Amino acid sequence: MKRIINVALPKGRLGEKAYALFARAGYDCPELLEENRKLTFENEAAGVRYFWVKPSDVAIYVERGAADIGVAGKDILSEYAPDVYELLDLKMGKCRMCVAGPKDFSDAHTGILRVATKFPAIARRYYAAQSREIDVIRLNGSIELAPILGLSDVIVDIVETGKTLAENGLGVLEEIEPVSARLIANKAHYKFKGEEIEALRKKLEQAVNA
Amino acid sequence: MKPETMTTQERIGFELRELYLSCGYRPYKVGKFEEYDLYMRNKKFLASEQVLTFSDTNGKLKALKPDVTLSIVKNAKDDGRTQKLCYSETVYRVPRNAYGFREIVQTGLECIGRVDDYAAGEVLMLAARSLEKISPRYVLDVSDVGVLSGVLAEEPIGDGECAKLLSLVGEKNLHGLADACAEMGVSALTQERLAKLVTACGPLQETLERVESLDLPQTSREALAGLKRMSDMLGVYGVGNVNLDFSVVNDMDYYNGLVFRGFVEGIPAGILAGGRYDNLLLRMGKHGEAIGFAVYLDQLERLSGAKTAHEAEALVLYDDTTDPLEIVRATETLRARGLSFRVQREEEPCPNCREIVRLTKEANV
Repeated sequence: MKRIINVALPKGRLGEKAYALFARAGYDCPELLEENRKLTFENEAAGVRYFWVKPSDVAIYVERGAADIGVAGKDILSEYAPDVYELLDLKMGKCRMCVAGPKDFSDAHTGILRVATKFPAIARRYYAAQSREIDVIRLNGSIELAPILGLSDVIVDIVETGKTLAENGLGVLEEIEPVSARLIANKAHYKFKGEEIEALRKKLEQAVNA
Repeated sequence: MKPETMTTQERIGFELRELYLSCGYRPYKVGKFEEYDLYMRNKKFLASEQVLTFSDTNGKLKALKPDVTLSIVKNAKDDGRTQKLCYSETVYRVPRNAYGFREIVQTGLECIGRVDDYAAGEVLMLAARSLEKISPRYVLDVSDVGVLSGVLAEEPIGDGECAKLLSLVGEKNLHGLADACAEMGVSALTQERLAKLVTACGPLQETLERVESLDLPQTSREALAGLKRMSDMLGVYGVGNVNLDFSVVNDMDYYNGLVFRGFVEGIPAGILAGGRYDNLLLRMGKHGEAIGFAVYLDQLERLSGAKTAHEAEALVLYDDTTDPLEIVRATETLRARGLSFRVQREEEPCPNCREIVRLTKEANV
């Protein structure tokens, strides 16, 4: 018996692009894009059920088994380190996790480095590997403002084009890791829906490389 | 206690204990508290590094134990004899990505001393049968860290890089492995071997046959031969649902050889974890070998029906007009019929019971 795969998609542009990829791979569900108040969308014939969730919540839905698989940014996966399988790089939503700051900034290592970020775990790990003591300032948005107003020395954030940084006199100082959307799966559910999930992964891989 | 009056956790805990006792594992009890120093020295062995601590009356820093194996190994006699022990204990730790300490009931067993093929196969069989007691829909993933460490030993890379590659294998992250191998300058041959091992996953016997045909270093082949002996033993035991999956990786500072993890359909996380941990014994200055596993009984709450409230079979209702002796006579009649019962005043909310006995004024009219 073919079992339904529950898919958590991130709300927004990335999720829509990811859904388009799933549709190209044969897992379409047209009502997903319609204006309605439904929360879950199913295509029984294709064996998928989709639901939109906040991008930062996808990994939680998958790790805790509310979804079998999901699409999450590598930034979220690096930050929260959920216990999931990372099955495929979907090669979309590409950007970089960077240290950014005033273009002329140079870390003199004379004191504690103040780092503003939405990604405290990534920032801590990155600087701990360099034995650099930092003061993490956890922000939820407008990270670029922090070094401009003197709240922090640098920021750790995702950079897509670098345009916002440049317009504010900031620039990329160091690159931490490349970021893109990844297909993730719940480890336990993979044991019992492995055939269906692997078939989907292979079709998605073909669609990614097409 | 009747099985139907137990919670799922109690029933499974009872059945597992019976299973382990039937194979000669001796019940073992460890104290609730342990010296914090034990965990400080073995932080990486713990599922979570956070430990609940307190100062004892003599000023020593103590901890509510976050793990059972460390305590058992610490107290194990180093006299060359093999000890087969089973336990059911409460541990205190912060589960992954959770926001506070939780009390976790775990049961399990340890075999410490001489762990030959028979002893390892017996533990593996008991792990599979433990899962079977929980649900017929189970999977036991088995691996041997020697297969991967044999492949990685051919590369001039450090412990940190090895750990990074193993973590990617644990995620079945092929694209990440390719990137990391390129970054570390790992040879194409090793990268290909790792990728083939990650994708080789399925029923133990047939997947082993496929993996045995791969071009692998001698040490990896020896580990595969060990897995083959386990597979043959499990075949004779008649144990099924055992898969080979190299993504089961544990910290090599502590584990060596066989590692395994169990899953049950309906529970979104691993419910059983275990392996061979001779390295832990070595680190604690003991001789010999060890293997064991733990079953996380708190996870059983996620099974459907596990949270159903237990209700009495009969409900006895009374009011101010009822003679207490009449209630006693009614309940004794129910007891004689072997029924469980609840006695309550009529005006209180009624639970769903199979039978209702009314001793109220209204019933006597």
